[in-house]
Amino acid sequence: MVRLTDDESAMRDGRDGAAVAKAMDLLIRYADALGAEDFVYTNNVAGVPGSSPQWVKDYYAEDGGDYRAVFSRFDLDSDEVVDVPRMNAFSCHLQGGMDPELWREQGMSEEAFVNFATDEREVADHGIQVLKTCTPYLAGNVPVMGEHCAWMESSAVVFCNSVIGGRTNCEGRESTSAAMLANRVPDWGFHKDDYRRAQHSIDVQVPVDTIREWGMLGYYTGSAVEDSIPMLDGSITAPTLIKHKHFGAAAASSGGVEMYHMVGVTPEAATRDHAFGGPEQGERFTYGQEERAAVYERLNSIGHSHDVDYVMLGCPHYSIDQIADAARMLEGRRVHENCALWIFTSRAVKATAVASGHEAILRKAGAILMTDTCSAISQAVPNGTKVAAFDSAKQVHYLPAMMGIEGWFGTTQDCIDAACTSRWQGRLN
Amino acid sequence: MYQPLAGEIELMVTIAIDAPDVRIRGRKVVGGVSEGEALVTSQTISGWGGVNPMKGEVIESHHELRGVSFANKILVFPGAKGSSGWSGIFHLTRLTGCAPLGMLYNTTTTKAALGAVVLRVPTMTDFDSNPLDLIETGDWVRIDADAGEVQIWKRQAQ
Repeated sequence: MVRLTDDESAMRDGRDGAAVAKAMDLLIRYADALGAEDFVYTNNVAGVPGSSPQWVKDYYAEDGGDYRAVFSRFDLDSDEVVDVPRMNAFSCHLQGGMDPELWREQGMSEEAFVNFATDEREVADHGIQVLKTCTPYLAGNVPVMGEHCAWMESSAVVFCNSVIGGRTNCEGRESTSAAMLANRVPDWGFHKDDYRRAQHSIDVQVPVDTIREWGMLGYYTGSAVEDSIPMLDGSITAPTLIKHKHFGAAAASSGGVEMYHMVGVTPEAATRDHAFGGPEQGERFTYGQEERAAVYERLNSIGHSHDVDYVMLGCPHYSIDQIADAARMLEGRRVHENCALWIFTSRAVKATAVASGHEAILRKAGAILMTDTCSAISQAVPNGTKVAAFDSAKQVHYLPAMMGIEGWFGTTQDCIDAACTSRWQGRLN
Repeated sequence: MYQPLAGEIELMVTIAIDAPDVRIRGRKVVGGVSEGEALVTSQTISGWGGVNPMKGEVIESHHELRGVSFANKILVFPGAKGSSGWSGIFHLTRLTGCAPLGMLYNTTTTKAALGAVVLRVPTMTDFDSNPLDLIETGDWVRIDADAGEVQIWKRQAQ
């Protein structure tokens, strides 16, 4: 049984109201399920609190079928509906179901939009920041090293642990919503020093320098180590935030990696010994020409027709520099009449893109800059899409399977060229 | 009202107390007692993007359980993988009436533990021997999570 401090017992017993008591009750059950001995304080929580499509609300029709009912019954897993107060922790809403302005273009119904807008007002009224992105670290929530967080979204979790040295497990909807009220998560997993150490090593023997190469290495890494913690060493160069974003998202998709170490690059891996916290152990993998070619082949195995009718960029959500690059590649060109180009980002980054003139360039070229969601989350693609192209290993992993379409993977330039010519010409050089 | 004959009662009792073919011990994840037919996979399971919550059906491409529903089965699997939406998707199967009756998994992750908690079905882990080696799809399994015991009646033996 998890040990409770006096404060935690008082919260469970209702000192801070019924909702906090329900949140503690759920967190206690969760901590016991994990086998955690204690809780840890957190004041940085990112989830999808209370947001739900109408059909979920309909399940709670007898309880009022509203935000309060869903938050109580689903998010807090409570047997009764309670009043939900303003959240106590610094709380952020991750990605959502549609663009708040371009939802018609995404094929959403008026009814679905009204439900979305109602939920969003509730989220804001409960003191939750409306970041609406899978990249909270690009939109106003950057943890510091050692900070205990409770985050959902596998690509954000792996970024927080690996690149920043923040500490979060891959939390779920119910645990994050409860943590927003109770400021607690089980002190288990990535909150503990021992758990964060490398378990296997990957020797990188081919140059890994561009976004595409980092993404491919990430996809290989997840396939190799599955959900354990790898240490990568070798010819990995030119690290940037964007490349980590693509590497981590790919590794989390192909294998479920929640933390990685890169020697001399990530903060808990100054040396190989540092990454392992002692002598090296586990399996030793090698990423060479053969493995690189196999990853490229696998990511492109669901592409047959070269006639591309949809190009999706922004998985994870594009950063401002990626949008600037895309605008530069598109300037003076037009998206082909047989193709659509949708680029996804957060509202915060879109505001900067508008102010900086990138959005106007994209619009003039026929591309659309969208926020809040992506094609996989919203299951929204342009009408009649049969063949799509991506610069994200994560998106090509998920979307074609979900939507029954073909998919290509390549560089951002390959994708922009495909959008302007409606032909896929990417290749591995 | 139908009154069972003494012989029938004896027969029922005999079946009920028939010794299990295998017993394994483990740790309670979610308490309670549950029994039913096992559905076993040696592959980890994705929640979001891997399960259709309207049917409790595995939909992941290339998964050995693709097209198979775990509704009203004892789900025996190595662990959870994939998106942080794991618990949310399994939680939805409780709403749609397509939840498993109980779960046995080997590897503890936040995804699997939270999913089990919100499913509210008897669940165990940390076993003294590997359930994936001892249980096959179709075996009858009884989980007593509070007592830390799993009893297995092999299908062939019945």
